Amino acid sequence: MQLTLEFGGGLELLCDSKKVHHVNVDLSDGEEKLTMKGLLSWAKTNLIKERPEMFMKGDTVRPGVLVLVNDCDWELSGHLDTTLEDKDVVVFISTLHGG
Amino acid sequence: MESQREEPNRKILDEIDALKAQKSDIEARISSLESQLRDSSLAKQCNGAFPSISTVASNHSRHGLPSDAIYRYSRHLLLPSFGVQGQSNLLKSSVLVVGAGGLGSPALLYLAACGVGRIGIVDHDVVELNNMHRQVIHTEAYIGKSKVESAAAACRSINSTIEIVEYREALRTSNALEIFSKFDLIIDATDNAPSRYMINDCCVVLKKPLVSGAAVGLEGQLTIYNYQGGPCYRCLFPTPPPVTACQRCSDSGVLGVVPGVIGILQALEAIKIASNVGEPLSGRMLLFDALSGRIRVVKIRGQSPQCEACGEKSTFNPEQFREFDYEKFTQTPLSTAPPKLNLIPVESRISCKEYNEKVVNGEAHILVDVRPAHHFDIISLPNSLNIPLSSLEARLSEISAALKEEETRKSVSGARLYTVCRRGNDSQRAVQLLHKLGFTSAKDIVGGLTSWQTEVDPDFPAY
Repeated sequence: MQLTLEFGGGLELLCDSKKVHHVNVDLSDGEEKLTMKGLLSWAKTNLIKERPEMFMKGDTVRPGVLVLVNDCDWELSGHLDTTLEDKDVVVFISTLHGG
Repeated sequence: MESQREEPNRKILDEIDALKAQKSDIEARISSLESQLRDSSLAKQCNGAFPSISTVASNHSRHGLPSDAIYRYSRHLLLPSFGVQGQSNLLKSSVLVVGAGGLGSPALLYLAACGVGRIGIVDHDVVELNNMHRQVIHTEAYIGKSKVESAAAACRSINSTIEIVEYREALRTSNALEIFSKFDLIIDATDNAPSRYMINDCCVVLKKPLVSGAAVGLEGQLTIYNYQGGPCYRCLFPTPPPVTACQRCSDSGVLGVVPGVIGILQALEAIKIASNVGEPLSGRMLLFDALSGRIRVVKIRGQSPQCEACGEKSTFNPEQFREFDYEKFTQTPLSTAPPKLNLIPVESRISCKEYNEKVVNGEAHILVDVRPAHHFDIISLPNSLNIPLSSLEARLSEISAALKEEETRKSVSGARLYTVCRRGNDSQRAVQLLHKLGFTSAKDIVGGLTSWQTEVDPDFPAY
C-alpha cells in the first residue's frame, strides 16, 4: 500500500531530518486491512532512527503529537482503529510551544 | 403646488437631521466620558500612562464613528464584507496579548493600527539585542527596558486614539483571572508549555476565546481554542509532552519572519472575532512550513466531553485555577531562563577562570566542545575539538588520539581532558558518559562559553 508519511514540529529529527516519506507498507500475514495501530508500529521499526520514546508511548503516539489522516485529526476517524487506504497521507506533528 | 407641499417636508427632514446630529454628538460625549472614567480606574491598577482618548469631532455620520476615525479607517470601511459595522465592532472591542515577543510584536502592531479599542499587553521581560531580528515592535533604543513599555510606546505612536493597558508583570495564576476578565479575547503569544496550559484554563474558566499561535525553527502553528464549540488546548493535548520535546527558540533557533507570519495571522483571527466578520479558525489548525512554503489547514477534533478543563463533567473553577501548579504539571518552569543543572560532583568540574589559568600555564590537555556542529561554526574556543554529544560514544578514538598527540607534543604523560558546551549542561552529560567509558579524569567547564564571556573574555561573542 502506497502511503505518504510526513513528520513535522521537530519529529522529523527522529527520521534523518527528512519530513516527507513516500513508503510502501505491506499488510502483515493474515491481516486484511492496515490500521493506524499497524502503521505506527511499522513506522517505529522502519522510519524512526533515534529516540523512539520521542515518537511513541505504549502503542500510541506520545503526548503532544497530533496525528492527521488526510488532513483530518485521527480522533475524528477512529484513532488507532482508523483504516488506511492506498495513497493516504498521514501527518505526525509535534505541537510547538515557542514564540 | 408641489413645491409648496415639499416645503414642510423639507423642514421636517432638516429638523430630523439636526436632531440626529445632536444625538450623535451627545452619544460621542457620553462614550468619551465613559472611557475617561475607565481610564482613571485602570490607571490606578497599572501604573502605566495612557494617551488621552481623541476628542470626537463634530459628527455627521449615523454610526457614531468620529470623522477622524472615518478617514483613518477608510480602507476598512470601503470593504463591503467589513465596512462600518466591522470597524465599529473593532473599536468597541478589547484584546489582551500575552507575550510581547516574536508572535506578540507583529500581532500588536496590526491590532493597534486597525483600531482595536483597547489592547492589553502582558510581559515581564526586557528587550535584548538577540530579540531584534524577530520582535519587530521593539527598537534598539529600548534594549534593557521593559518589553511592555516598548511595545506600548510603539502602539501609541501608530495609533494615539486607542487605549493601551500595560501589565509589566509575569502572568501567574494569581493575576491571570483579574487581567483576562477585562478583555473580550486573549492572544497567546507566549513561548512555553506551562503558560499555554495556564492561559487556556483561564480562558475556559472565564469563557473567553483564545487565539493561539506558536513558532519554532521554520514552522508555525495557529488555531482558536474555546470558541464556537471548538476544542480547548486540553481537549487536544490532555497530557503535557515530555520536557525534552519542548523546543525553545533560544536553543533551536527561529527564522525571524516565521513568528512574524504566525503573529500576523493571530492578529487576523482576533480581528475576525472582534469585528464579527468571516469564519474564525476554530476546529481547524493552520500548519505553516516555511522551508517548503506550504500552509496546510487541517480539521481538528471538537470540544471533548471528557476534557478536564472544558468537558461536560468538568468542575474546573476559578479557585482550582488559582491553586493549580502549572510548572509541576508540565515539569517546566514558567520562566524561560535556561536551566543550570548540577549533574556531576564539583571535583569533576573546573571554572572558566581555572581553565584559563591552565591554558596560560601551558598544561597538557585537550578541550572537547560537545555542542552540535552548527553551534561550533558560530564561535569556539581556540584549539578545541568539536565532537557533538550525540556522537561522542562513536568517536572516542578521536579523543584517545588527540590525547596521545598532545602528550607527544608536550613530552609528558597524562594529558587532561576537558569538555565544554554553550551553558555547562551538556558538558556535564559528556563527562558522565566519558567517566563511564573509561576517561575517569574528564572534567567539564562550569557555565560553558556563556560563562567564558562573563568571567574571562568579555569580547567573546555570546549567542
